[in-house]
Amino acid sequence: MQVNSPNFKAKAEAALTDPQLREALGKTRIMFVNKRAELAAALPEFEHLRDEARDRKNHILAHLDHYLERFDEAVTRAGGKVHWCADAAEARRVILDICRRVEAKSITKGKSMVSEEIGLNEALEAEGYRVLETDLGEYIIQLAHEPPSHIIAPAAHKTQEQVADLFHAAHGGPRKTTVAELVTEARLVLRDEYFRADVGITGGNFLVAETGSTVIVTNEGNGDLTQTLARVHIVTSGIERIVPTLEDVSLFLRILARSATGQETETYTTFSTGPRRPGDPDGPEEFHVVLVDNGRSGMLGGPFQDMLRCIRCGACMNHCPVYGAVGGHAYGWVYPGPMGAVLTPLFVGLDATRDLPNACTLNGRCQSVCPVRIPLPELLRELRHQQHQQGLRPPAERRALATWRFVAERPRLYQFANRVAARALKGLGGDAGRLRSLPFAEGWTAFRDLPAPEGLTFLELWQARHPGKR
Amino acid sequence: MPTDNATRPRVGLFATCLMNLFRPNVGFAAARLLEDAGCSVEVPQAQTCCGQPGYNSGDFEAARALARQLIEVFEGYDYVVGPSGSCMATLRHDYPKLLADDPAWRARAEALAAKSHELLSFLTDVRGVRSVPTRYAGTVTYHDSCSSMRGLGVEAQPRLLLGSVAGLSLAEMADREVCCGFGGSFCVKYPAISGRLAGDKTAAVAASGADTLLGGDLGCLLHLAGKLRRDGQPVKIFHTAEVLAGMADGPGIGGEA
Repeated sequence: MQVNSPNFKAKAEAALTDPQLREALGKTRIMFVNKRAELAAALPEFEHLRDEARDRKNHILAHLDHYLERFDEAVTRAGGKVHWCADAAEARRVILDICRRVEAKSITKGKSMVSEEIGLNEALEAEGYRVLETDLGEYIIQLAHEPPSHIIAPAAHKTQEQVADLFHAAHGGPRKTTVAELVTEARLVLRDEYFRADVGITGGNFLVAETGSTVIVTNEGNGDLTQTLARVHIVTSGIERIVPTLEDVSLFLRILARSATGQETETYTTFSTGPRRPGDPDGPEEFHVVLVDNGRSGMLGGPFQDMLRCIRCGACMNHCPVYGAVGGHAYGWVYPGPMGAVLTPLFVGLDATRDLPNACTLNGRCQSVCPVRIPLPELLRELRHQQHQQGLRPPAERRALATWRFVAERPRLYQFANRVAARALKGLGGDAGRLRSLPFAEGWTAFRDLPAPEGLTFLELWQARHPGKR
Repeated sequence: MPTDNATRPRVGLFATCLMNLFRPNVGFAAARLLEDAGCSVEVPQAQTCCGQPGYNSGDFEAARALARQLIEVFEGYDYVVGPSGSCMATLRHDYPKLLADDPAWRARAEALAAKSHELLSFLTDVRGVRSVPTRYAGTVTYHDSCSSMRGLGVEAQPRLLLGSVAGLSLAEMADREVCCGFGGSFCVKYPAISGRLAGDKTAAVAASGADTLLGGDLGCLLHLAGKLRRDGQPVKIFHTAEVLAGMADGPGIGGEA
């Protein structure tokens, strides 16, 4: 997928003045946040499960190679094949090769963020394949020719009215408006496509090392149809999604649905183990797992390893005030919100993503809801540190920081500068006690007044009132 | 409370940058509350900034330099107390991390962190203060700054003390766990987003029906006061310490509405 992150600021500002986006984001946020809070409160061991999930992930990451090899062996035993792909290009090549070999024409897809990450749809369509997204949200944005704006609700930026317009334009017939009508229409359109598909591509929420199973969770059942009815099933997943045992899956499922959509469990949790066996009533003839590294192994053992615990629930973005204000497209790549602001610079480079770690108030709410307790604010701060060290911050900011440090390291100069500023700003504020505009401070005064100081600094007033005392 | 000077803990009052420059009244309110809680208060003149602007901007070297400077100034006190969750979280949580690789300084950072406290939680949790002999006529709503609430777990303490103020009633606003959009330099780097978040917060303030907005961090309060004044909303703004110390009789932050 193309990287649009350098345009963060412009896109964010445009998003802020889009009333339909505001309506759509407001609804999504309230729904997800409130439901998560209710369910977290209803499960006494929820906080304990988060600790357990964090510790289990840390164990897995410490032995990632081991579990991935066990997984490969188990998939092979079950009659499937694992493809180890170092980067996006290799993953695309592997999938295109499979599609070519089985003479595919039509491809259905369940939701997979890794497939977005590797730019799979564009690659398949460029080769002439018909690709159809079967997740309702993905289907909506495919019709709109837009990238996803949320990792579990790809069309979170669309209002119901906008979806009604899209469906009307794509499907013809009378314009449907209610959720039930729209969902039914999408189901009817998609139903035949599942049977027509040669290849079904899904993501993998978990890869189980002991059984070679891949696991997806959905609310629509589209993933089941995608992987069961096509001749060939391809799973695209990141290497960090491995778990050792089925026991582990049950641990992560308990926190995933609650954190993601505020459900005790998603409607469908589907395990796939190898292709159709003799006597099976259905299932694919071939089963492939495309294991994507694409920068992940480089995060092991470094300051960003904690990010590999991510189970892609979306709670961080649901609770992020910045995401809630500007939506997912402003972030400019596959992964938005706090987890995206960490992953995008690591996957596509610090240079093209300078805004992402900085467009955050470090308020910590994402960390407070993360089911695997990723210290997202700390990781964002570390990215700022790396930007600073690599000279990627704007000259004005570097000068301001250097000046601030120079003054703050000299207590007398610091006090003097503050005394001057206190008097000057007090004077400019006048009787109103505030400034409506201030040269070189438009960043502040464009959207709010600047309260004026009292006129003398605390340190000088204290000294005057306590002569002789420190 | 002990009155003998020898038994009074010596508290070094940390004059946060924003308090020192914009709102000295908060510093004097803090000093009064600390003295009423049996502490002897000193304000070292050699203090400057805690270094958080550098830390959050990725200039860890600058933050380290200022951390070492502040430790030298304050490590002789029994406690370091400041009227800010944000700055005090820097002392408590960030200094030990910043200086973790420096064996000599790491221990000093940890020692300072252990005795550094945000003002209101110090009063309640360390000094056992349960009430203040103060009056404030008004309905107030309290803004939880993220650094106080999530950073330091300061949430019940201000409410406990505010509950003891005669004439004061507390009207909680909706979504109080949501950031106000200040975020330090974020507020000038991304002013449009910051402005939107401020607007969401001031709408919640208005909907609470309160006539006064209180909070424990001047960054948030200056930001929200600026937004309330820009929008012409007639809400008074004070730091919580000003109300608790009975020093909220002058103009609020941002002047009169």
